[in-house]
Amino acid sequence: MGFNWDSLDTWTVVIAGLSAVAAALPGCFLVLRRMSMMGDAISHAILPGIAMGFLLTHTRITAVMFIGAACAGLLTAAFTQCVSKYGKVDRGAAMGIVFTTLFAIGLILIRQSAQHVELDPACVLYGALEYSVIDTWQIGGAEIPRAVVSIGSVMCINIILIMFLYKELTVSSFDPALADTLGISSGIMHYVLMIMVAVTTVAAFEALGSIIVIAMLVVPPATALLLTRRLSFMLILSAGIGMLSAFLGHLGAVAVPPALGFQPTVSSGMMAVAAGVLFVCAWFFSPSQGLLIRLGENRRQLSSLSGEGS
Amino acid sequence: MTWRTGCVMWAHKRQKGIFLLLLLAILTLLGGVAEAALPTDEGKADVWRIITLQSYNSRLVTLSTALLGVTSGLVGVFLLLRKRSLMGDALSHATYPGIGLAFLIMTCLGGEGKWLPGLLLGASITGVVGVILVSAIRHTTLLKDDAAMGIILGVFFGAGAAIMKMVSNLPGADAAGMDGFVYGTAASLIFGDFVLILAVTAFVCGAAILLIKEFTLVCFDESFAISQGWPALRLDLIMLALVTAVTVVGLQAVGLVLIIAFLIIPAAAARFWTHKLHVMLWLAASIGGASGWLGSSLSSLLVDLPTGAVIVLVAATIFMLSMLFGFARGILPRAVRQTRLRRKVGKQHLLRAIYEILERDQPDTAEPVSNLPIDLELLALHRSWSSAELQRLLRRARGEDHLEDELPGKVRLSESGFGEAARVTRNHRLWELYLIRYADIAPSHVDRDADLVEHVLDADIVRQLELELRGQPVRVFVPPSPHLINQPSG
Repeated sequence: MGFNWDSLDTWTVVIAGLSAVAAALPGCFLVLRRMSMMGDAISHAILPGIAMGFLLTHTRITAVMFIGAACAGLLTAAFTQCVSKYGKVDRGAAMGIVFTTLFAIGLILIRQSAQHVELDPACVLYGALEYSVIDTWQIGGAEIPRAVVSIGSVMCINIILIMFLYKELTVSSFDPALADTLGISSGIMHYVLMIMVAVTTVAAFEALGSIIVIAMLVVPPATALLLTRRLSFMLILSAGIGMLSAFLGHLGAVAVPPALGFQPTVSSGMMAVAAGVLFVCAWFFSPSQGLLIRLGENRRQLSSLSGEGS
Repeated sequence: MTWRTGCVMWAHKRQKGIFLLLLLAILTLLGGVAEAALPTDEGKADVWRIITLQSYNSRLVTLSTALLGVTSGLVGVFLLLRKRSLMGDALSHATYPGIGLAFLIMTCLGGEGKWLPGLLLGASITGVVGVILVSAIRHTTLLKDDAAMGIILGVFFGAGAAIMKMVSNLPGADAAGMDGFVYGTAASLIFGDFVLILAVTAFVCGAAILLIKEFTLVCFDESFAISQGWPALRLDLIMLALVTAVTVVGLQAVGLVLIIAFLIIPAAAARFWTHKLHVMLWLAASIGGASGWLGSSLSSLLVDLPTGAVIVLVAATIFMLSMLFGFARGILPRAVRQTRLRRKVGKQHLLRAIYEILERDQPDTAEPVSNLPIDLELLALHRSWSSAELQRLLRRARGEDHLEDELPGKVRLSESGFGEAARVTRNHRLWELYLIRYADIAPSHVDRDADLVEHVLDADIVRQLELELRGQPVRVFVPPSPHLINQPSG
């Protein structure tokens, strides 16, 4: 194949894998709540949050960006709720209205600030996995990419939050009315989840780009849902699938294009493709609900029916 | 009639007028702000020139975006009614790899990589593939619409990003400007692009108008459409193909991300103004066209602002105004209607309560009920009103001249109030009798059930009820209550 695996490749896979796990965990609840597109909406809508944070402080401190993104995420969720509740607009449409408007505001803000700083919208969309590997910190004598620290801590926060709020999140996802009667505010759980998604998105978008985050939010949990019907397994499985697609994605980005005679391509894009391939595998070959299994069952039933008939 | 009653009645007749006036006032205010922002007379002349298409530079852009707005407003209505608004989102992202692949193939075959029709063809192909996959995932797995769209959107866009990167590294290929598809490059539209947009939007509009009956059927009652033998799935795919066509040509003008807004916002805004489909189609098309027109005019005035973003903000402003003021479902008109209904119900309850107390105090059914003052305490007990509630109801009834002047601790109906009370009670009794006779509701439960509907009985229904229930023992003209009136639940 003609390429060498070095420490940069390892760090790339580590960053991508950490983001995949961080995104897959809240993603499971998004998929179960039938709000997968909320990830898309929030990942577009954080743009004005980041731009505002940037315009107000004139720095690219990570904390400012996180706060801006979390606010924007909350606003998206709240506005969507408002439009669909008071305007009686379909939820999906409300989401679309809110996030396109926020995205437009973000574009204008960035264009206004572009005179003094470089905050490239393209970077927001596609990310720069290759550069975040080089941007390192010295920790205990070892060079560790900054992104590993930020994404790693977001992943830890997500894991801890989900462990502590497991019961609350589960009940409010499956039966909001029951959650309310049990004294768990399903509204607060909704916003907790939205903040988790927004913070994860902003942590991962530097490395992966916001669109790829959507893939990582939705595809591994959906794949896991095709393989198991138990929430705890689904969480673990989706994290594993996320990591696997990070590894396969990077491998694909480095190895596949040269084999076809091209330059290596972006790992983040190939990550989404790898996750898609894994999804298709589960779609066809899942032992419990795969297309092939169901096809076989249908045929068996058909033949047994016709056997009885004759 | 007091001044307030007059106002209320005037408002009742002129509700639409009032909201139109309010809307106009806000628009004028916005216009004033915009005018103040432009410093010179020269600036104003520029505005006029651009809006009326006299400036060559902006003419193409303005016309193209307006055309796109009209068309996507039109097809967006069907998407909205089908609850598929986000399909435009998934679809527009799914076109991305097609653009890259088309570029790759055209370059590898030795042609010009940026040949527009080729790029658009590629975009359409992957867009349609994405739509088909979404529907396949939805039908063959337990995953729902949203997850299917999220998967396609993320994976296809990722693939697109990967392909684009490969393309940009390709030796000898000039891929500069390819990311214009994400943000839109309205400012660099040329005449050829305009012709393409014109052709495609004309085709899509024509097709949508020809298939309007079929689309309506599928939107409102899919299973009925199938049972009548209509190919619902094929119609769905045609609808999405039309959306794909609009999306693909719109990519260039307003960009991949913001074409979504064009598909959703005008339709959602139009929904607030009407309950009729054809009106909604007209409105959505006009709102889309107007936001394209105004938005691109504005963005060519305010240099440095991306056209797509300004258009979206104009559309969002129209949406917000519609959400507040739309006659049919807007927040304010709905609130006004609800308040009015609540007041009407409160008034009728008060009058009926007074009438029922009068009736109870005069047990002789041979004599007509006469209008005497009654105790306020008795009245409050009758429907378990709190004293504040009762005071509010009495004040309002006094405003409509239903009550005589105040006696301390007593209340007495006026001549018109007494007539109204008799009428209201009569409607209630008629409806109760109807429910007992035809809906088999027990006399002890009928009171509350009748409460739900009696306030909206119109003259026609009352006449029908009279015919149905002729031959009831009648005391003057109000039939007697079929149940005991001072039940504790009363």
